[in-house]
Amino acid sequence: MEHAGTEEVKKHVRVYVTVFVALMALTVVTVAISTLHLEVHTAIIVALVIASVKASLVAAYFMHLISEKKLIYAALTLTVVLFIALMALPVSHYVDRGL
Amino acid sequence: MEIPYTATVRPDTGVYNAKLGIWLFLASEVMLFGALFSSYVLLRVGAPSWPHGYEFLNIPLATVNTVILISSSVTMVMAWASLMMKNFTRFRVYLGLTILLALAFLVVKGFEYGAKFEHHLYPSESTFLAIYFTLTGLHGLHVVGGIIVNLYLWGPGSVMWKRDPARFTNRIEIAGLYWHFVDLVWIFLFPVLYLL
Repeated sequence: MEHAGTEEVKKHVRVYVTVFVALMALTVVTVAISTLHLEVHTAIIVALVIASVKASLVAAYFMHLISEKKLIYAALTLTVVLFIALMALPVSHYVDRGL
Repeated sequence: MEIPYTATVRPDTGVYNAKLGIWLFLASEVMLFGALFSSYVLLRVGAPSWPHGYEFLNIPLATVNTVILISSSVTMVMAWASLMMKNFTRFRVYLGLTILLALAFLVVKGFEYGAKFEHHLYPSESTFLAIYFTLTGLHGLHVVGGIIVNLYLWGPGSVMWKRDPARFTNRIEIAGLYWHFVDLVWIFLFPVLYLL
């Protein structure tokens, strides 16, 4: 990314516009689905899947993670593991109580 | 003494120093917001009943804010791309737009908060409102931080473009990585607080 030429940057710009359109479309979709008032478990899964897709698009293209260096991936892999551990904490609360 | 690897890549890490720095910072930010999201889950599953965000939050306003923040992410990346194409004038337009969009986000957020307070809906009112104000408040502070940094880079900080364009371009990439992260957090906050 550091040595990208003008032509290559122009290609990037086209990708940014495409990603922007996709993010807008997904925003509309997630709001539209919420008006259906689905059953709460389904609604949570659908909303989180859409949010994850949007977040991945931002991370991959705007934050250039699609072509980043190994060290950055290593740091982020550790972050993901620790993040999952954080999210699992509320679950462990139930394990503790034997539910 | 000159600061090493601001524009050139450090051979052992494969990136310039600030890039590794910002990613480590963002990793700590993931844990900060992660802890609060985790708390949200615990509070929600532990509560006897949980209100739907749409019952008293303003979804149209929040949707507008989502569009504003995503747009500001695009203008931010375009600001960086403009510098990559050596177009300083266009860079200033895009970074200026990013700052204006961020301010617009805060104005909308201000109206939302104002409407809550008018109805005496304070953080002390319920667990839902407590976590709502904590999460959106912390996110809002991040928006304020981004505006301050971007204003500096748009104004006085931009003189670096003449002296050391490669380093300045990297600064914009770093500011952009932070800004996209702020956008990314909102992408999760919006459905979790407003739609579910």
